[in-house]
Formats: sequence, C-alpha cells, structure tokens
Amino acid sequence: MTDIVKLDRREILGAGAGVFVLGVYAGFRPFPVANAAENTSFAPNVYVSMDETGTVTIVAHRSEMGTGIRTGLPMVLADEMDADWARVKVVQADGDAKYGDQNTDGSRSVRQFYQPMRVAGATARQMLEQAASRIWNVSVDDCQAVKHTVVHTPTGRTLDYGALAKVAATLPLPQADHMELTFKPRSKWLYVDTPMPIVDLQDIVQGKAKYGIDTEVPGMKHASIERCPVYGGKVKSYDAAEALKVPGVEQVVEIPATPIPSGFMPLGGIAVIASNTWAAQQGRTKLKIDWDYGPNAKFDTTAYRAELESVAQKPGRIVRTQGNVDQSLQSAAKRISADYFVPHLAHSPMEVPACAASVANGKCIAWAPSQNPQGAAEVLANALGIKQSDVTIHTTLLGGGFGRKSKPDFIAEAAVLSQKLNAPVKVTWTREDEIKHDYYHAICAQHLEGGLDSNGRPTAWLHRTVFPAIEATFQPGVIYGSAGELQQGVTDVPYAISNLRCENGPIGNHVRIGWYRSVYNIPHAFAVCSFADEMASAAGKDPVEFLRALIGSPRHIDLKAMGVDYPNYGASMEEYPIDTGRLLNVLNLAATKSGWGSALPERHARGIAVHRSFLTYVAVVAQVAVGHDGQITVPRIDLALDAGQIVNPDRVRAQFEGAAIMGISNALYSNITAKQGQIEQTNFTDYLVARTDITPETHVHIVDSHAPPGGVGEPGVPPVAPAICNAIFAATGKRIRSLPIDTSMLQTASLN
Amino acid sequence: MPQLRINGQTLTVDADPQMPLLWAIRDVLGMTGTKFGCGVGACGACTIHLDGNATRSCITTISDAAGHEITTIEGLSHDGSHPVQKAWVSHNVPQCGYCQPGQIMQAAAFLKETPKPTDQQIVDAMAGNICRCGTYQRIRAAIKSAAEAI
Repeated sequence: MTDIVKLDRREILGAGAGVFVLGVYAGFRPFPVANAAENTSFAPNVYVSMDETGTVTIVAHRSEMGTGIRTGLPMVLADEMDADWARVKVVQADGDAKYGDQNTDGSRSVRQFYQPMRVAGATARQMLEQAASRIWNVSVDDCQAVKHTVVHTPTGRTLDYGALAKVAATLPLPQADHMELTFKPRSKWLYVDTPMPIVDLQDIVQGKAKYGIDTEVPGMKHASIERCPVYGGKVKSYDAAEALKVPGVEQVVEIPATPIPSGFMPLGGIAVIASNTWAAQQGRTKLKIDWDYGPNAKFDTTAYRAELESVAQKPGRIVRTQGNVDQSLQSAAKRISADYFVPHLAHSPMEVPACAASVANGKCIAWAPSQNPQGAAEVLANALGIKQSDVTIHTTLLGGGFGRKSKPDFIAEAAVLSQKLNAPVKVTWTREDEIKHDYYHAICAQHLEGGLDSNGRPTAWLHRTVFPAIEATFQPGVIYGSAGELQQGVTDVPYAISNLRCENGPIGNHVRIGWYRSVYNIPHAFAVCSFADEMASAAGKDPVEFLRALIGSPRHIDLKAMGVDYPNYGASMEEYPIDTGRLLNVLNLAATKSGWGSALPERHARGIAVHRSFLTYVAVVAQVAVGHDGQITVPRIDLALDAGQIVNPDRVRAQFEGAAIMGISNALYSNITAKQGQIEQTNFTDYLVARTDITPETHVHIVDSHAPPGGVGEPGVPPVAPAICNAIFAATGKRIRSLPIDTSMLQTASLN
Repeated sequence: MPQLRINGQTLTVDADPQMPLLWAIRDVLGMTGTKFGCGVGACGACTIHLDGNATRSCITTISDAAGHEITTIEGLSHDGSHPVQKAWVSHNVPQCGYCQPGQIMQAAAFLKETPKPTDQQIVDAMAGNICRCGTYQRIRAAIKSAAEAI
C-alpha cells in the first residue's frame, strides 16, 4: 500500500517544535529555480539538486561528529526520491537559515528532519515522474519512478533521471502550503532501515577526511592562546619578550577577557602568533603573565561538593508533586534514603577545539568544526562588530563533538585574531587547554528517600537534585535548573508511585557549564536507576521484577496534565508520550537478551537500569566482575533500545556501542576537580577515559518500531553507569553512590 | 635544513630540528592525515611508522626521525587497499573518524610483528590509542579480520 499524505503547512510545521518551527518550515520549503529556461539543473528544494548526467547532490545540513547523520538524512531523501545511492553525492552545507535548524545537538536531527527529507525526496520524485509524462505525452499516473529511472508502466520504456533533469527544471514547483505527496510504502524502501556505510568511510581510513584542525588557508598564521587558569580572571600585565625570541613566533596579542558569565564569547588571554602550531605553543611557555584571578580564585571542588551536598539535605523548590510524600514516608513499613554524587566532566573530543578564520573587508569566513554554524555566525558577528550576513561558516567534519562544539568560543577566538592581524588565523587548542577550559558537564549532588509497604511495594519517592545550571554560563545569578534540565531524569520519573515529590535546590556556579552528551540525564539516571535498585534490595525483590512493578501498567504519563513544567525535549506529548509500555518492553528485552538470572561466577554479577531520554527508551544490563583488589572489569553489556523509526541500523548500533564506552568513562574514570580556582587535571594522563582494555562484549538490541523517530546519539549513555554500579552491588554488596567509582572500597578485607 | 624520508620520498623540512615530527608533517609538509590528540604520547592519534614501528609523532622530534623511514597514513597504501584499511571498511569501524588513522597505523605495525595475535595481544597493542567515540569493539574485530586476511 502506498501512503498518500496530504500535507498542509500546519501539519508539516506540527510536532510542537516551538522555536524550531521557522527553521523546519524554511528547511523543507521548495525554492523556485531561478531562470529555469537556462537552468538545466533540477533543484526542487534546498536539499537536493540533479544535473543532466543524473548525479544527485544532496545537502547535509546537520553537522557530522560521528553519528553518521551526514549519511543518514541523505539516505532518507534518496530513498524517497528513488535515487541510486551510487549516483548520490553528499555535500556539506554552510551555516545558512535557509536549511532550517542546523544546531546539531539534543539528538534531534532525525526526529526533526526525517519528515522534511521525505518531503524533499518525494517532491523531487513526483516532479521527475511529471517530467517523464510530459516527454512521453502520457498520463503521469502511468509514470513510475524506479531507482533513478522513470518507467512508463504500460509500455515498459524508461528514462534515466538525468534525461529528465532539463524538463523537470521547467516544471512549476508544488505549492509549499498544499502539496499532495505520495510516500513510498515501506516494502519499497531502498535505504532506510538498511545498514549503510557512511559516506566518509574511505576518506577516513585513508587519512583524507578534513576536520576543522586540518584547515589550511593561504597566508594563514597559527595561534596558541594562554588563558587565565581561573574562570573569570584577566590579564593584569604581561611580558612577551622571551616568547618573541622563539623561532617562528611573529607576534603576541591580547584578546580581552569577556566579563563572566562569558557565554559563547572567548575567555580572553594572550595569543602567540607563529608560522606553525609548535612555535606558537613554544612561545606560550615563555610568556610572563600577571593574572588577576577574579572572583573564582578560591573555587575548590572539595568545598563546593560539601556545599552541594548540604543544599541537597534541605527542602528545595518543588518541581513535581503528587500525593503526600512526607506522610507516606513516615507511615512506610520500610524507609530508605541515599545520597549520590557525580563530578564535573570534560568533553575531550579527540579533535581539540580548533578553527581557522579569515576576516577581510568587513567579512568573515570561518572553517569550523561546529555543531551549530548559524549560532556560531551570530556570535562571530557580535564579536567582530559586523553583520551576521557577512559571516560565512564552512562546517568541516568534527573530530567528535559530544556538545563541546556547539559552543563557538574557539571559533570566535580565531575570528577575533584574524581581524586584529588582518590575516587568516588558525587557533589550535592543546589538550591541556581543552581539559582546563571546557564547558564542563555539571557536577551534581542528589538526595533520595523512598518508602515501601509491608509487601515491599513502593509507596513514596522523594528526589532532590542540586547542580549548577547551564544558563549560569550565560546569565548572572542563575541558581536553579531549568524545566529543560529537570525533565532529564527528575520530573519525568516514570514510576507508578502515588506519593512522589521532586525538588531542586539552589547553587551558584564557578566554571563554564555546558551540554555534554546526554547532559543532566547522566547524574539523574545514575541516582534514579541506582535508587530503584536500592529499593528493590530493601524490598527483597529481584531488580527486574521490582522495576516492572515500579514502572507499572503500560500507560501514557501526561506530566503536563499533572501540572509539571515539562518540555518533553521540545516535542509534543501527543506524538511523543511518555509510554511506559515501551519502557517495559526494552526492560524485558534487555533482561531476556542478557540472560538475566542465569548463574555467574563469584564476584561476577549483572545490574540493570532503564531510562527514557531524548524520547528514546533504553534498558542496559551490565555484567561486571570485581577482583579482590577492587578492580572492575565489564565482560558484557546489553543495550536494548526503542528509538521509534530508525534510519541506519548500523549507525544506531555504533552509537549505542559508543554510549557503552562513554558510560564506562563516566562511571569508572573521568573526574574534573579544581583547587585555588584552577582545574587540576591536565591531559589524558590524569583525565582518564575508557580505553580498549575495559571494552565489554557489547550487544545492541533494537526494537523494530514504527513510532516517530526519537534520539539516538545521547540516550544510550545515561543508564550505563547505574547498570554497572547495580551490578557491583549484586557482586559485592557494596553500593556505589559517587562517581567515578572508588575501587579501593571494593577491595576485600583480606587484602587490607 | 633537516631532510626526512616520508612515504618513500626524501623531503627537506624548513623547521627547527627539535620540532615534533607531528607538526612538521602537518604544518610544514601539509599532510593532515596524522592527527594531534594530546601532545604527550598518551592517546595515539599521531601514530606513524618509524622504520615500520608504531611511533607517537607528537613526542618524536625531527632530528630523532632523520635517517629513518617514516610512513604516515597517506603512505600506508595509495588507495585504501592495505588489509587493515580494508578490514576497517568492512567492519564500519569509524564514527567521527578522527583517531582512526592513528588506530590503523598502530594496528598495521602490530600485525606486521604479530601476524596471528591473541585477543589479549590485541588489547595490549591497542591500549595506547584512545577513541572517545568508543569504537573499540569494532577495532578489535577488524584487527582479527585483517590478521586472517594477511
């Protein structure tokens, strides 16, 4: 069967996309082809064009940081267009509002652009069928697109797409407001739901792929910047004499400090300009700088953690409430409480922040590994004092993003320096810069209390979270989390407990806080999924069995109707409800596939965690082994996911395999701390991330779902750490409530 | 001026002999396949071959490298036909891809020395190469495939 969908503008806008509406609309709107008579290339919309040879060019407008989106969205378009993938060329879009939203974060590229890509492809296909009907002078109903050709079904004659380009280019475009589009039936899909290699695969393995750091511009100078070791500090005075003696160093210039909170603007500092990166780095070591460390000079993680934990003991702002938690806790047959802690983390993508920019004649071009090229252009325009329309962002490949490269401070550094020096400049951060001056993942302290009745059924749930808000990076005086932050594992808790209260306590901020893959879901899923396991243990029940009861019957949870300020990741509750049936399904799938309940050796055990984030349902079973020396290995991880309709199953698997590794980094290794206002970690020698030795045998189980697409890049991460810690409890009886895991507490007494 | 043998060619490098080979390759010679990751030999992104041995180019100076045969990812094969590269393709290893030239160079040198590696030997050989995307499982599988193909 063929889906015939009549699209009007409201439907296409739909999805309650809020601020993204304009972007989505602009994104798919077919643009008229200028001067069609002379133009033989067919371009029915901003995303696709085709020349007379039949080569189809699809624009990838989202940033490629490793998710495979540069392949995935073009697959959707090519499929609906019935194009031959071998004749498709993917080109990367510059930052431009005409493409719609390009801010590649929040795991929403497929969610937001699956439908616009289908519309773009279907429009192209139908216009090609029309072109064939004109050429043959037959009814369009008898013209059928079949993999890069149009077939006249009664006679079987065919025309290649290339032969149709010229005529198609002269056809009137379907009205954006009122199109009757026919989408291909699932049975005729060519690419969607099929594992496809990424378009950059050959370039990557041959070292030809170009990332931001690889940009080379004629006449380009290299810059390395010494920034104040304390956030909010500035230069009092500096002496560049020795730096200027380093061969290759040409100049030393100051970038003024941005008053804090500095948002997306450069931190400021002293930039050494040289003919190559190494000379610039060498010059930096010879700078003599007298800093005014500013208001965060005494920032100390130990003291700050104590402050967070003390705030977590006091009643906070109520962000969700139902029933009577205090009373039910008092009358509970069994009452438990626990406190959890997650530290600051650095993103540490393998490609450090790096960008080349050229400012000349009031115009700026930047070659940027940016997750958000339009947002970067806006910041650069402000930093340079020019119009945004005079800023061009060429988006390169990103050597990892994880949220770091949605912040354009490093892009602005290159642009500001280029403007000062009147020459192209590439700024390359060192790894130490990246670790010491990141937009850190928020530190977080949480206090939970729970009550059980005499049958071990949960009756009360209190969750209090305290963390510096991301908004504190942009606005002074922000001490509470936003609804968007609190929906990430706090207000959206899907448990069937009649007495439930969520609170958020106030705290100030001393470093730049930013989005880090899966964001506040990391601490919140850690606490919530650990505490659920603690309740199961208190109830004397198997964790999976207990979770089934905790989640309750399959239903949609309408948080908005319950008075909760709940953004649902910008999606409508109708299209993307909190569906406990899907949550139970992934829970059961992970349990079954992992062999939950089967015997394991001593000090080996499984732990489970289940969490919905970015509109996707994920359950993780981790199998751990704890040595008598406290050392942890993770022999196996099973991840079960329901992300709705997926595009490229192989890349979905890859994202969840990677999420297991990042989850292990978060659980076992990574930790950012400050003393005297300065970050103590320096490089991969002391800011630890997972390496191949800890890699589990990882199994990814994808639910075959036709629900609207959810997120893929982020939702795998949050349940990994609590699954590991719950497994450690099952193996040793020791409860991990603070990350990264302190393995010394897992040593057996005989070793002490 | 220092001379280097890179990918079978002798090239004159107009740079301080104390410059790390990484920056000579990237900034002076303009070959960007070799990546900067940490600058201290802790991540493996800059791995090249020096006389066939996997070497961190970020902590190897031009003068250290002079007189030795240097191979970068660009010289491993002309067309991606090295068995390790082919295995990387068939396992769809890369995500962002940034660390992969270093991983591939590490794996290629390792397999030359250890053509039939055990799982533990693979782990030991690759433990110095970080992939923040977390492609380790596929890297291991690709190395095993490449070992069978060689």
